[in-house]
Amino acid sequence: MSTLPNRELLDVPTEENQPLPPRREFVDEDTVIRSQWRLFWRRFFRHRMAVISTIVLILIIFVCFNASWLAPYPKNHQDLALGATGPSMQHWFGTDDLGRDQLTEMMYAGQISLAIGLAVAVISTVLGTLFGALAGYFSEWTDQFLMRLTDLFLVVPAIAILAIAIKKFGNSAATIVLILAGLGWMYIARVVRSQILSIKEKEFVEAARASGASHKRIVVRHLIPNTIGPILVNATLAIAAAIITESTLSFLGFGVQPPTTSWGRMLSDAEGYVGTSKAHLLYFPGLALLIVVLCVNFIGDGLRDAFDPQSVR
Amino acid sequence: MLTYVARRLAYSIPVLLIASFLLFAFVRVTFDPTARLRASRDPSAVARERTRLGLDKPIVVQYKDWLVKFVQGDWGESSRSSERVYPMITRALWNTFQLIFWGVLISGLIAIGIGIFSAVRQYSVADYAFTSASFIGLAMPPFWFGLIAIQFLAAGPKNWFDLSQPPLFFVGLHSVAGSPILDYPRHLVLPVLTLTVQIIASWSRYERASMLDAINADYVRAARAKGLSPRQVIFKHAFRNALIPLVTVMALDIGLLFGGLIVTEKIFSIPGMGQLFFDSLLQGDANVLVAWTVVTAGFVILFNLVADIGYGALDPRIRVA
Amino acid sequence: MSDPVLSVRNLRVEFPGDDGIVHAVDDVSFDVFENEVVGIVGESGSGKSVTSMAIMGLLPKRARTSGEVLYRGRSVRGLPENEIRHIRGAKIAMVFQDALTALDPVYTVGDQIAEAITVHDNGIDKRVLQERVLELLDLVGIPNPGQRVDQYPHEYSGGMRQRAMIAMSIANEPDVLIADEPTTALDVTIQAQVLEVIERIQERTKSAIVLITHDMGVVAGVADRVMVMYAGRAVETGSVDQIFYEPHHPYTLGLLASLPRLDEERSDVRLHRIKGQPPSLVRVPPGCAFHPRCEFARCPDPCSTEVPALRALGAPEHLAACHFAEQVAKLRPDDLKTEAS
Repeated sequence: MSTLPNRELLDVPTEENQPLPPRREFVDEDTVIRSQWRLFWRRFFRHRMAVISTIVLILIIFVCFNASWLAPYPKNHQDLALGATGPSMQHWFGTDDLGRDQLTEMMYAGQISLAIGLAVAVISTVLGTLFGALAGYFSEWTDQFLMRLTDLFLVVPAIAILAIAIKKFGNSAATIVLILAGLGWMYIARVVRSQILSIKEKEFVEAARASGASHKRIVVRHLIPNTIGPILVNATLAIAAAIITESTLSFLGFGVQPPTTSWGRMLSDAEGYVGTSKAHLLYFPGLALLIVVLCVNFIGDGLRDAFDPQSVR
Repeated sequence: MLTYVARRLAYSIPVLLIASFLLFAFVRVTFDPTARLRASRDPSAVARERTRLGLDKPIVVQYKDWLVKFVQGDWGESSRSSERVYPMITRALWNTFQLIFWGVLISGLIAIGIGIFSAVRQYSVADYAFTSASFIGLAMPPFWFGLIAIQFLAAGPKNWFDLSQPPLFFVGLHSVAGSPILDYPRHLVLPVLTLTVQIIASWSRYERASMLDAINADYVRAARAKGLSPRQVIFKHAFRNALIPLVTVMALDIGLLFGGLIVTEKIFSIPGMGQLFFDSLLQGDANVLVAWTVVTAGFVILFNLVADIGYGALDPRIRVA
Repeated sequence: MSDPVLSVRNLRVEFPGDDGIVHAVDDVSFDVFENEVVGIVGESGSGKSVTSMAIMGLLPKRARTSGEVLYRGRSVRGLPENEIRHIRGAKIAMVFQDALTALDPVYTVGDQIAEAITVHDNGIDKRVLQERVLELLDLVGIPNPGQRVDQYPHEYSGGMRQRAMIAMSIANEPDVLIADEPTTALDVTIQAQVLEVIERIQERTKSAIVLITHDMGVVAGVADRVMVMYAGRAVETGSVDQIFYEPHHPYTLGLLASLPRLDEERSDVRLHRIKGQPPSLVRVPPGCAFHPRCEFARCPDPCSTEVPALRALGAPEHLAACHFAEQVAKLRPDDLKTEAS
C-alpha cells in the first residue's frame, strides 16, 4: 500500500477495500428492495376504479351463480295472468309477457353470459399464448405461418363467420364457446408473439444465452415473467369482448336458444317493446351488460397500470 | 414510395384469393343449395340439380368455376328471390355506405378534437369526463344503445307527447314517396348516432394516447426550445406525428365497418349489407352469402392497403424499408 | 470584467414525487461570459440537465423553481410562455443529447432548420431562407448540403444529426448556446468532430457556450471554466486549469483519479473508484451531500451536520464547497490511487 504524504493531515485511516463506515445519523432507506409482487399489488390498489370494479364484479358473479337460493322466484316460473308489468315491490325489475320475474331471469341469464364470456376468454388466452409463444420463440416458419393464418382470419368479418359457424355446428352454449374461442385466440397470439419477439431481442436474453442458459431456463425465468403482464391485460379485454360478442349473437337470434337464456337473448325478446309501456324490459339486461363490461375494462386498465406504470392512461 | 405501394398491393392479392377460397368452401359446406329440392324426396331430381350446379366436382374446381364467373360480374342468383346477386349487393352496399360515410365523417372530426383536447389538458375535469364517457361507450353493447336511443329520442317522445310521427325516424333510410328535405337527416340521425358512439369512444382514446406519446417526445421539447408557441408545437409537430398511428387505425376500422353493421341495420331496418347478410343467413341463401363474405373481405383488404399506404405517406421512415 | 451574458443565482428546482420531494437543483449559482465555454460536469442525477431546462423555462408544469436567471441583466425565470419564447432559439439556444429523438422524424432536416429561423422572423424571403439553411449546413460541416437539406433525420448518421441540431441552434446567432450532453450518444471519433464544430462556431459568433457533460475528457479539451455538480449542488467551480491541476473538493479529486490514463507513470496501479452510489435526491444526505462517499469526511461534525458553503482559498474565482478544502487542496489525484496488491 502506498503512503500518501498528506493524508495524515486529515487524520482518517484509509484501508484498501475498507467497507464504508455506516453513518449512524443517516440510513439509506432507499435500499429496501420491494418485491415485484408487492409493487404490483400496491399499484393495482391505487387504481380506485379497478378496485371498485373488482368488488362490484365479484358481487354480481356471486349473486348470479347463487341464483338457486337467492332468486325471489323459481327459474322460468310463469304467471300468465300477470303479464308484463313494470318494476314493483314484488318484482323489482318487473315481469315479461309470460309473467316471469325479470330479476330471477336476469340472474340465470347472467350465469350464461358470464360463464360463456369467461370460458371463451380462458380458452382463447391459453391457445393464443401457446401459439404466440411458439411462433415468437421458435423458428421462422412457424412464425410466418401463424402470421399469415391470423392475417387471413382477421380479414373476414367476425360476426358473419361466427353466425355461419353456429348455423353449421349448432348453438348449444358449449359449441358457442368453442366457436368464439376458435376465432378469438388469434388476437392474443399476435400480442404474445410480438411481446416475445421484442423481449428476445433484449440484451438480457442474449446475455443469458451467452452464459449458457438452456431454452427452458430462458423461457421460464425471462420470457414468461415479462409477458404475463400483457397476457393478463389482453385476457381481460377478451372477457369483455366475448361477453359483448355473445350478447350480440344472441340478440340477433344466432346465439343461445330458449330455454337457455342470456342477457343478449333477453334483449332480443325485448326488442319489440321499444316505445311501448313494456320498454322497461330493455333497460335491465342492457345495464347489466354495460356494468359488467365496464368493470372488466376498469380491471384491465388497473392491471395494465399495475404491470407497467409508465404506460400512458 | 411507389415500390412500397406496389409491394403492399402484391401482398394483398394472394390474401384476397385465399380468403375468398376459404369463404367459398366454408359457405358451400354449410349450406346446401339443393336443400329445397331435398324436401321433394326425389333422389334423381336432387342428383340432377347437383350435377347442374356442379356440386359433384372437387371443391377446388368448384371454386375455380365460381371465381371465373365472379370476376366477370356473374354472381349467381339468390335462392330466395331468384334475383341476380350482383345488383342485390350493390344496392345494399350503397345504403351501408351512406351510414359509414356520415358516421365516419362526424366521428372522425369529433374524436380527433376530443383526443387532442384531452391530451393537451390531461388530467383536467374535461379529460376525466371524456375518459369516463369513452369507457362507457366502449362497454356498452352497441345494439343496446340503438334501442335506448330509439326509446328516448324517437318512439318514446312520440308516445309521451302524442305526436303523429316520431321526431327522429328509426326505420329505413327514407320515408315513402316524395319527402321534405329534412326527411333524410331525420332517418339518418339515430343509426349514425349509434354508430358514432362506438367509434368516437375508440378513436378518441387512441388519439389521446398517441398525442400524449407525441407531446412527451424529445422533438416536442426541442421544438419549444426553438421558440415555437405551444399551439404551433401541438399542431405542427405533436399532432402531425400522432396522426400516423391514428390514420392506420381509422382505415382498418372503416374496412371492418362494411361487414360490421349487421346489428345496427337490423335495429333500424336499413336495407344494407348487414340486413342482407342477416336475411340470407336465415334463409340459407348460399350464393348471396358467398358473394357477401367475399365482398366484405375485399373491403377489409382494401382498407388494409389504404392503411398501409397512409402510413407510408405520413411516415418517411417506413418508405425506405 | 464585462457583465455576464447569462447569470444564474440561487437556483432551486424541486419536483413533487411519489416518495417525497425531489431536490433536483439546490442553490446553484454561476455566470457565463461572452466568448467562453463553461463546462458543467457531474454524474447522472447531479442536476446538470435540470439546470439547463430551468434556464430555458422548459421544465414540466409540476416543477417548482426559485432563484434568478438573468439574461443580459434581464430576469427570465418564470416569464410567461409568450414572452420567453422570443428568447428561446433566438437569444438562448439549446442542443440536445440525442439528435435522433430531438429531431421530428416527419419533417426534412432543411425544414426544421428553416423553422428555427422563421419562428423568429416570419416574413423572411424564401430564397434568403433557403440560402441561410444551406449556409448553416455547410458551416457545421455537413457534406453535400444541397442534397442533404431535403433528407429526413433518419437518413443522416449520428454525427451528422448532431451537427444538424447544432446548425438549428445557431441559426439565429444566439448569445448563449447550451449544449446538453452533445457528445454522449456518439463514438469517440465523432465526438471530437462535433466538439470541433462547436469550437469553430464560437470563434465565429463569439457566443457564450454552456457545455453539460459527465465526461471529464470533453471538458478538459474544450472548456474555459468548469462547475462540478453533485446531488443538485455546485461543489466546485473554477478555471479548467484550476479544476484539473488543483482540485479543492474530494469529489473532483475522485473524478480525476478515476480517469483511466495512458500516461500513467506507475505500473500496476488500480483504477480508482468513488465508493458508493449517487444519493437519492429525495433524501439528500444531511450536511455535505457527498459525505457518505467521501474518504476524508469527518462525522458527525462538521461533514454530516453543516452544509459547506462555496468558498475561495486563494484565487477568488476558484470556489469549493468543502469544510476541509485547505487540506484537500494539498492532495493530487494520484495520491488516491493504490497499487494492485
